[in-house]
Amino acid sequence: MAGIKIYLDHNATTPLHPEVKKTMCKAMDEFGNPSSMHSFGREAKKYVEDSRNEIASFIGADTDEIVFVGSGSEANNTVLSIFSCPSKGCMFHSEMKRVVITTAIEHPCIIESSKCLSDRGFDVKYLGVDPTGKVDIRELERMLDKNVGLVSVMMANNEIGTLQDIELITDMAHKNGALMHTDAVQAVGKIPVDVKKLNVDFLTISGHKIYGPKGIGVLFVRKGTPFCPFVRGGHQEMGRRAGTENTLGIIGLGKAVEMRRKEMAEEEKRLKGFKDILKRGIEKSISDVYFNGHPEDCLAGTLNVSFNGAEGEAILLYLDLAGIAVSTGSACASGSLDPSHVLLATGISPELAHGSIRISMGRSTDKKDVEYVLDTLPGIIKKIRNMSSAYSRGGNNVSK
Amino acid sequence: MSQNKEWVYSEKIKDHFIHPRNILEDEASYKYDGKGIVGNIKCGDQMMMVIKVDKEKNIITDCKWKTYGCASAIASTSLLSEIVIGMSLDKAYHISPKDIAKELGGLPEHKIHCSVLGDKALRSAIDDYYMKNGMRDKIQKEKSKIVCQCMNVTDHDIENAVLEGARTLLELQEHTKLGTVCGQCKDEAEKLLKNYVEKHFNK
Repeated sequence: MAGIKIYLDHNATTPLHPEVKKTMCKAMDEFGNPSSMHSFGREAKKYVEDSRNEIASFIGADTDEIVFVGSGSEANNTVLSIFSCPSKGCMFHSEMKRVVITTAIEHPCIIESSKCLSDRGFDVKYLGVDPTGKVDIRELERMLDKNVGLVSVMMANNEIGTLQDIELITDMAHKNGALMHTDAVQAVGKIPVDVKKLNVDFLTISGHKIYGPKGIGVLFVRKGTPFCPFVRGGHQEMGRRAGTENTLGIIGLGKAVEMRRKEMAEEEKRLKGFKDILKRGIEKSISDVYFNGHPEDCLAGTLNVSFNGAEGEAILLYLDLAGIAVSTGSACASGSLDPSHVLLATGISPELAHGSIRISMGRSTDKKDVEYVLDTLPGIIKKIRNMSSAYSRGGNNVSK
Repeated sequence: MSQNKEWVYSEKIKDHFIHPRNILEDEASYKYDGKGIVGNIKCGDQMMMVIKVDKEKNIITDCKWKTYGCASAIASTSLLSEIVIGMSLDKAYHISPKDIAKELGGLPEHKIHCSVLGDKALRSAIDDYYMKNGMRDKIQKEKSKIVCQCMNVTDHDIENAVLEGARTLLELQEHTKLGTVCGQCKDEAEKLLKNYVEKHFNK
């Protein structure tokens, strides 16, 4: 067992792709400021623009629709902050649309920004989801009217992997005159994303979820969409995001996207196969388990599973001792005592939500890893249940 | 990169987590003299402790447990079971959450409630023994007092909110809704808040 190290937490972050690492190492000496007119600056600028081209073409955008930012969280904060700009000169000030619709399963950076909007007097509405994590379209229909300024729905959920029908939701938002944003941090680079087809106004991408570096993200802003910068004080990114460009990060992200283009399709097929093996194996060897997320419309590499009577952090730490890195659906390990807001939104009981783990596979995952998980997990669950006051042998004493 | 990475909790917790002692394996046939269950699976922790008592000497002769919860919850009960075997009821009754946390080699702030729960589980098992053996007078009732009349919030609720992370009046109100109607209790609540933070988190 010693020495085994299996990383199954790719939705949290990913290692650099070897090609990205190579490219970034070479680019380490590119120190020029892309804004400078001399040769050092021009060279840096060329790298930045090459990367912008690569990313734009990957998602079907025009190059000037790509805004480099510091992270996915910054991109999401930017979109939500636009609506509460107090400046009379801001293009949003006159609109006076005070309603924002988002979902109950968004990433905390959207949820927290939304709360902040509420505090500033906005009316934020949260869409519920069904047991598979799909947004309630009929509820959206009821919520939408002319007062809605923005609809923000994530494309793929980070915890359970469920995919939303962004094309349909965008269409509904636009018919009511609202702008549409999708947090596609978990989607871009895993499933095909075409902003023309989706017709969204804003879309968020993060570098480190797709084997690129940390500290770099992209906000796609559709041409003609009103905009208000989150970080002010510079002409960079056509005045949409001030601050000297993170050249190295941008170069790394460009390379990461180039590699995703080549590897994505085959990888998704492979991971889908692994997930089926995992699901069948877990179901066969462990009783009282529930799989979360949509059975089909789901990220291929993401498997979220709840174990009755076994607490998530304990599962995570025993797996870690066996060399397997996963994440927990319960937030117990991360400092908060509340179970995952995503799992609760799907309607499972707090008891089951506490007993959940997320296995997220990626490009380095192979069949041996999957087999090792299936060899290791049943013993761990058995050990935990054996000392659990919430599980009596053979008894299903916690209801779904 | 270093191979010898520190674990999330202390080595003592790690040891008890990997090798939990005194698990109650066969609940049906274990003849206990006192049993306590505290916590709630909904909140992520539940502990059950059972004790056997030498009735002549009032000494705990055996202690077993079952816990649903995280590594520090499991370790809290495992460690507690070890230290109380051979201990007098009186002494065991007065073990404090701070003692448990100290024995465990320290707990991060958001896990302090694990030691509190362990302490409560043991005391509840001893109370159960006292009840069954005509020693009701020994039971120290934790008197709870209503602080906020409007929302029916007690000092225990405030203590629990502190254990769950509340540090300011606003956070306390988020947890308990205290003082949100007439607001008369706010001063007293703030005083209690300070006392409980002192009690549980000041080393």
